Amino acid sequence: MKFSLTWLKDYLETDATLAEICDALNAIGLEVEGVEDPAERLAGFRVAHVLTAARHPDADKLQVLTVDAGDGAPLQVVCGAPNARAGMKGVLGLPGATVPASGMVLKKSAIRGIESNGMMCSSRELELGDDHDGIIELPEDAPVGTDFAVYHGSDPVIEVAVTPNRPDCMGVYGIARDLAAKGLGTLKPISMPAFAASGACPVEIRTDDPEGCPAFYGRVVKGVKNGRSPDWLQARLKSAGQRPISLLVDLTNYLMLGFGRPAHVYDLAKLSGAVVARRAQEGEEVMALNGKTYTLDAEMVVIADERQVHDIAGIMGGEDSGVSETTTDVLLEIAYFDPARIGATGRKLGLSSDARTRFERGVDPAFLDQGLDLLTGLIVELAGGKPSEVIRAGSPPSQPKVLAFDPGLTLRLGGVAVPDAEQQRILESLGFSVASDWRVTCPLRRHDIEGPADLVEEVVRIHGLDKVASVTLPRAEGVARPTATPLQKLERGLRRAAAASGLNEAVTWSFLPVWAAEHFAADDQPLWVLANPISEDMKAMRPSLLPGLLMAAKRNADRGAASSRLFEIGRRYFRRSDGLSDERPTLGIVLAGEKTPRGWQSGKARAFDAYDAKALALQLLEAAGAPIANLMVMGEAGAQFHPGQSATLRLGPKMVLARFGMVHPATLKAFDMDGPVAAIELFLDAIPPKKNAVFARPGFTPPALQAVTRDFAFLVPAALAAGDLVRAVQGADKAFITGVRVFDVFAGQGVPEGKKSIALEVTLQPGEASFKDADLKAIAEKVVAAAAKLGGELRG
Amino acid sequence: MTDITSQTDAALAAIAAAASLEALEAQRLETLGKKGWVSLALKTLGGMSPQERAAAAPAIQSARASIAAALDAKKAALEAAALEEQLARETIDLTLPAPAVPKGSVHPVSQVMDELAEIFADLGFAVATGPEIEDDWHNFTALNMDETHPARAMHDTFYFPDKTADGKDVLLRTHTSPVQIRAMLEQGAPIRIIAPGRVYRSDSDATHTPMFHQVEGLVVDKDIHLGHLKWTLETFFKAFFEREDIVLRLRPSYFPFTEPSVEVDVGYATEGGRRVVGGHGDAPGHAWMELGGSGMVNARVLEFAGLDPKQWQGFAFGLGIDRIAMLKYGMNDLRAFFDGDPRWLMHYGFSPFDQPTLSAGVGARA
Repeated sequence: MKFSLTWLKDYLETDATLAEICDALNAIGLEVEGVEDPAERLAGFRVAHVLTAARHPDADKLQVLTVDAGDGAPLQVVCGAPNARAGMKGVLGLPGATVPASGMVLKKSAIRGIESNGMMCSSRELELGDDHDGIIELPEDAPVGTDFAVYHGSDPVIEVAVTPNRPDCMGVYGIARDLAAKGLGTLKPISMPAFAASGACPVEIRTDDPEGCPAFYGRVVKGVKNGRSPDWLQARLKSAGQRPISLLVDLTNYLMLGFGRPAHVYDLAKLSGAVVARRAQEGEEVMALNGKTYTLDAEMVVIADERQVHDIAGIMGGEDSGVSETTTDVLLEIAYFDPARIGATGRKLGLSSDARTRFERGVDPAFLDQGLDLLTGLIVELAGGKPSEVIRAGSPPSQPKVLAFDPGLTLRLGGVAVPDAEQQRILESLGFSVASDWRVTCPLRRHDIEGPADLVEEVVRIHGLDKVASVTLPRAEGVARPTATPLQKLERGLRRAAAASGLNEAVTWSFLPVWAAEHFAADDQPLWVLANPISEDMKAMRPSLLPGLLMAAKRNADRGAASSRLFEIGRRYFRRSDGLSDERPTLGIVLAGEKTPRGWQSGKARAFDAYDAKALALQLLEAAGAPIANLMVMGEAGAQFHPGQSATLRLGPKMVLARFGMVHPATLKAFDMDGPVAAIELFLDAIPPKKNAVFARPGFTPPALQAVTRDFAFLVPAALAAGDLVRAVQGADKAFITGVRVFDVFAGQGVPEGKKSIALEVTLQPGEASFKDADLKAIAEKVVAAAAKLGGELRG
Repeated sequence: MTDITSQTDAALAAIAAAASLEALEAQRLETLGKKGWVSLALKTLGGMSPQERAAAAPAIQSARASIAAALDAKKAALEAAALEEQLARETIDLTLPAPAVPKGSVHPVSQVMDELAEIFADLGFAVATGPEIEDDWHNFTALNMDETHPARAMHDTFYFPDKTADGKDVLLRTHTSPVQIRAMLEQGAPIRIIAPGRVYRSDSDATHTPMFHQVEGLVVDKDIHLGHLKWTLETFFKAFFEREDIVLRLRPSYFPFTEPSVEVDVGYATEGGRRVVGGHGDAPGHAWMELGGSGMVNARVLEFAGLDPKQWQGFAFGLGIDRIAMLKYGMNDLRAFFDGDPRWLMHYGFSPFDQPTLSAGVGARA
């Protein structure tokens, strides 16, 4: 909301400076978003009198003027404007002044050999209009030597952000009222131009929808003369950023911007029959003043005559019945509409307007008659005409809210002690009335006041939030207690473990292009797809962390990065059986590009492989506290992975803690990436929490006797998983076998077709007594027997 | 006698002249070996009479001792020389690079969230979470924004075409405030929580991204008022920026879910083109910057959350995590947060060992 200082002072008697006013506005919750001070912009431009004008000796189109700018001695100025002539008054820019339109700094100069001490300006040069055909011509009575900014009345313009709860401040008068309450001056009563109304209103007015339009007041004024608005009105509207249109339209805008009160003026000649507020018929159309046609429905309120809709109630008037230069008779409308319905209609039509902004937030229900009289008086004063009596259909809400208020609440809730008398003064200056028992009657315009807390806010914001002192929040005795949940601790620990493993944490969008989300979606899980995405690339909620990381890795590769080792901890978005969101905490990793660059020691660059992924998966699962000794390596990592180079890590057949491996070439192709790329996903929600964890570890003393190792090499079927052999050997003697390590895997020469050789180093830990040969022999036999069950034979 | 003396001298000279361990061993065999002349001489002592032995033994024993000592000394010298030669051969160029160990990093948003958790834990706040795919009841209605509320339209909400089983709209949460409602419904009062997380607005330009991070704070108890809110925010910012000269300015504002509502500004100075938090915003060279919204929880919100507003009251606040991260750590482009560029992540990210702690200061200096 923008307004000039002059406009504010129409309503507020004050000596406060611009800076004081701005500080006060900020302090009471009307945030100043900007101040534009034309006095600064127009510094150095003065009202000047052209004394003489003569042809420039060396240029046909130039004249040499002598100009009185109030400094005594006339100044010589060269001017090219055709309308420059002796006797006229205009605007002179003195050397040192900056021309607003061009930013040029004026200086004393010689034009075609003739000295020039400034510039006579056009409207366009001063950004006061589009006229550039000649220099500005001021009236004869313009005082010579006056700063043009002062003469022009172009005074500072303040822009404030009015919060949606304060439609009463969507008019300059409401802002003046708030400032007066703050002590910045005195609120002037609204000056009402006098007029004599005579005769009943010749037009019938009705509201057929008392719920959507509880009140519709009107009056006819006949014999008006529409035209250009007077300068004072134009200046005020311009300061608010409103283009003057015609007197009648400008006056309704003045009422709206000055008093927060939208109104409408119809050309009576274009109406026929009764003018009625009613629901629109389904599919009914109206061409609004913005030139667009809107199709209405039965939830919307309109103003219509017997032929057609003339107004989308509370939002925008119709093109057909708007006033024009030739309008002579008008119908004035002041109505009260249900705020919720206006909002719903505006949203449905996608139509915003200043009127809607005010109606949907709530205009003052007590300002219908006064608003109509103010508008009528101004029309009669400026456009002439004979007004009829008012005709009223329905009535606006008139039951004020009465709140039982305890002034002690200001201290209890607001944290600041304000004397009762001051609280009463503040409330009354804002239009509340306070009874002796502190029953507070709220002005009808304050739709935002719901309960005592709102009155506390009124008192505190006017009294000053800066007077609220900091008070220590009571804290528990002793050292702060731990607050993190197991999942929070898990995420924090994993994050730092992943970073310590050389991975860079990324944060990628939660939404993906649909194709990318679908590529990673599980068959039985429909995606969450936005109805109103900001772009096609941000449309479907991610079912996996990998696509976002793959896209980041691709961007990096496209920028020439040799490798990306990215991880992210975030949510995957699924659906619960009841359709609600099921968001699962997940760690995703993508390893793309070079694992090691080419080097003098290592030779060629090395890419990541599936064992790199496995190592990271296990290392991070261990950091997460998962029982990694019990994990099974199984298949079904997903269609996005290389079928022969990927696996899942599970606790039991159904409980998948992680998947890892090489990304499927088809997936790389879909993401337009070069491979190989390894990827890992840890499903944090599947990691079982530690049960009954206590600080004390189980008792342990390192064994006194040294462990011994024995090597075994087995010929096994080529398809046998090494992990199965290891597990079988590990289980051959649970008392003594404490470790089994694969140290060689070989197939080819010397190994029969369909077989491979796996060599194991088995660690045996003696208990109380050292092993005897017979013990070792017995264990070795158990190992061989266990391998034999899997088709393994000991190599000679 | 003379014989032994001259033999000994000859042997010692030969030992001294030995150029290799092999040559030295030959000398040992010649002298102290089984058939060496010293050993043979020693054997002759057995056949002598005690008088003869007493006369002959000292010379032989002395010859043996001096030769043995010379052999040991020469052996050590030869071995040392050999080792020195071997080490000289093993010299490598240590200006060559060692294998590189990749350096990981923690994202600034995570780091700042950990800092928040650490500071607020000291003030007795737990960390609460809630779903990002929300229903409009938790995101709006329970926060005192019914369907017709103009503030709803200002939220630039992302909607899903789906509805909940009971017909509510499904959307991406536009703020972390719905976590307030969930936490109060689950835990009741008194309660102290912060709720950091992702939030979404259908807004994208140089300074806005459609996804960003917020932290919500909520305290509900008896006798909590605006003064406590002010202290809490001041105390937090002093701890977060690790400076005592933080000045906050509270301005009246409007949020449907708080009453009174307060906008929080912090004073800052511009130094070297960067905003540096601290000092009074009205001081020369300083200005105010908006940090977030806050206020006393609206009585209606307490009711929606199942609490009796006659019994309970409290405050809530919301801050932009990305924004305070940028202010503290000097990033100037929000979009880069979500790009996953390792160059940026390594520059602005944090070492895994920069775990925020109160004793070391929660911040990590460059």
